[in-house]
Amino acid sequence: MTDDAPLLDVENLWVRFRTRTGMFDAVRGLSFTLGRERLGIVGESGSGKSMTGRAMLRLIRPPGMIEADRLEVHGEDILALPEKRMRALRGGRISMIMQDPKFSLNPVMTVGQQLIEALRAHERVSPSVARERALATLDEVAIREPERVLGLYPHEVSGGMGQRIMIAMMLLPDPEILVADEPTSALDVSVQLQVLEIIDKLVRDRGMGLMFISHDLNLVARFCDRIMIMYAGRIVETCKASDLARARHPYTLGLLNSVPDLEHPRDRLEVLQRDPAWREAPSVSART
Amino acid sequence: MSALEIENLDVWFGTGAERTRAVRDVSLSVATGESFGLVGESGSGKSTILRAVAGLVPTWSGRMTVAGETLGKTRSKAFYSKVQMVFQDPYGSLHPRQTVDRVLSEAMQLHGVRDIDARMGRLLDDVGLGAGFRFRFPHQLSGGQRQRVAIARALACKPQILLLDEPTSALDVSVQAEILNLLVDLRREHGLTYVMVSHDLGIVGHLSERIAVMKEGALVEVLGVDEMRRLEAQSPYTRHLLESSIRSIR
Amino acid sequence: MSTLQSVRHWLLTEEPTSRRQARLAAWYKAWLTLRGNTLAMLGLAVLIFLILAAIFAPLLATHDPFAQDLGARLLEPGEDGHIFGTDSLGRDIYSRLLYGARISLYIVALVVMVAPLVGLIMGTVAGYAGGWLDVVLMRITDIFLAFPRLILALAFVAALGAGIENAVLAISLTAWPPYARIARAETLTIRNSDYIHAIRLQGAGPLRIVTRHIWPLCISSLVIRVTLDMAGIILTAAGLGFLGLGAQPPSPEWGAMISEGRQYILDSWWVATIPGLAIFSISLAFNLLGDGLRDMLDPKEDT
Repeated sequence: MTDDAPLLDVENLWVRFRTRTGMFDAVRGLSFTLGRERLGIVGESGSGKSMTGRAMLRLIRPPGMIEADRLEVHGEDILALPEKRMRALRGGRISMIMQDPKFSLNPVMTVGQQLIEALRAHERVSPSVARERALATLDEVAIREPERVLGLYPHEVSGGMGQRIMIAMMLLPDPEILVADEPTSALDVSVQLQVLEIIDKLVRDRGMGLMFISHDLNLVARFCDRIMIMYAGRIVETCKASDLARARHPYTLGLLNSVPDLEHPRDRLEVLQRDPAWREAPSVSART
Repeated sequence: MSALEIENLDVWFGTGAERTRAVRDVSLSVATGESFGLVGESGSGKSTILRAVAGLVPTWSGRMTVAGETLGKTRSKAFYSKVQMVFQDPYGSLHPRQTVDRVLSEAMQLHGVRDIDARMGRLLDDVGLGAGFRFRFPHQLSGGQRQRVAIARALACKPQILLLDEPTSALDVSVQAEILNLLVDLRREHGLTYVMVSHDLGIVGHLSERIAVMKEGALVEVLGVDEMRRLEAQSPYTRHLLESSIRSIR
Repeated sequence: MSTLQSVRHWLLTEEPTSRRQARLAAWYKAWLTLRGNTLAMLGLAVLIFLILAAIFAPLLATHDPFAQDLGARLLEPGEDGHIFGTDSLGRDIYSRLLYGARISLYIVALVVMVAPLVGLIMGTVAGYAGGWLDVVLMRITDIFLAFPRLILALAFVAALGAGIENAVLAISLTAWPPYARIARAETLTIRNSDYIHAIRLQGAGPLRIVTRHIWPLCISSLVIRVTLDMAGIILTAAGLGFLGLGAQPPSPEWGAMISEGRQYILDSWWVATIPGLAIFSISLAFNLLGDGLRDMLDPKEDT
């Protein structure tokens, strides 16, 4: 496994659910790779972006099924791994932060207990060493008074702080890949930027790969290196973030134009006309 | 005569030592036919002001006047025919067991509308829903469609003032655009006064003429949308908010 | 398309064109959910079977349930035309079972008509009104909740004499508090929903809100709870019968039958066991159906 190998290698990923009315395909033939970069995945609800993130950690339970020609985390084929090895991977190699810390932090455990548990699940360290590492990571996410915060319960911290704690928790075991599923959507605008800066710094400092899932195209453009736009389980366009203004697919343009812009007022916002052809067109590959 | 006048409004929750002041001594006024925006982060009290006007908050002090009528502890029938509200969460604003028809006809019934069937068709058309939606249940509607029904319900009695509590924040971006366009159209067609709450400066800038900025229950400043677009704000907090909002790349 | 198919298509449409169609469509879809649950359908089948057996008891019974034949005491099942044998007085157990089903279902029906309704009213009023009314109603509920059912039945028997009606009264008086609690808990949640705020903003008064908006949402929890309680109610009635407090001899109530058969259980096991199996079946059937109803009526949306 050389360092040139992509951190995530996905080819022809399908995520399907068997429902009463037939088979539902949430992700339909996705292909992309992730290196030590920031990849943004943008889509609306139902586009399959969250399912893609979960598939990377094999977090999809039956009746959901993951199928792919290739699904590798730094060379290891996820689909073939036994669950025990998968558990080591989750957190150890690839981590995920979710939208709302109110729902992703355990409400009956203190912050310290959760952080230490996260670390000790992956490394054999004594509780005191774990505590030291936890304090150090809390410091990295710009939490002042980390000792005090270790003893707090999730409901006693603000949204922004909770999200930073979540980031600390997920980065403690030193994974290589971070999947962030709408990490700032539940936060206030001024806190959003702060949290994004922290994620950015950590990802850069540790040389990690970041998969940033969001519905906010502008946010992703500012923050990521490369962008994938998803619609109906497929990728409709992929481009470098700096090239977003020159996007060509009508869906991408529609998404860009439908957001009201404070500095450039318009009488009417452009309404996306969904073309059924977009659903049928084959997925664009985002492999590099 | 202004549509809405608020003087020294205080809203609190809880009693005694646990009392939290959600709104602190806020005064503002909205002219008839104006579109007024209320912006702030979570906990700023912006939604609470709307709810206080609507009569959904029991503990408040100060003076509120709507279309000339001073508001007391409870709201009168006349008030409800002048002021209506559209709520934030489309998934919670419709009764899960009632069809669109039931929701709208009950609203019309309560306001004493006679020709319910005839008006029903026009209401649905006004909000961009066809007659085929009339007998659907909420779980058969998308988020955008539910919000249209909520708007139709608010319009059932031909109100003068619409209180909009983050009506698009739970919707997809493309659906949001449709609803915002709809709100602009409806205001023009019916000469409505809007008081709209949002945390998103882009949306508020699109829809409002004057904007009040709230922070932690207090009113920071009121500015016109042009000033906002030029990023000219008096208060450092407003400037901070403007800088934080992500600007479009186009 | 055949008529059946076209009716089905009409019911499953995404765009109903009338109130009636919308309502029927909703019921039909709920029925389809229930039908998909095999265990619930089993429970439903058993219940329907028992109800039919009770209704058609005179036609299905092989003997007179009250006719004693001391020469044919304690006959084994299958002997001499007695499907389930005879009891200590020579009465045919099968026929007594059928007529006993009537009694059990009668008790169940009476309790179901009273207890959940009282509970619904108390709970929703307390939950919606809040304040001192809530406190008063809930304390009354607590008082009734504190009564142990069987002891209360004993007290009633002592005061009013033994009999089914008194047993039912005792059961009903102690059965409604849990429904009140459930209804109140639901009301407290629903009360803060935006759709309730919205209808208040249309000028709706509390009566309309409670009866037309809150009750429909509470009813599913109550129906589920009632079905699951049925088993308990039947067992309580059987227990009362067992103690001699409910139906009086020679009434073929199942609990009383078990009691009578107790002394013969070692040699003539069928006298006590067969009515016991009947109680078991109806309780299980109600439980299975209740579980199925929960899936069907629970307004969890697949958003």
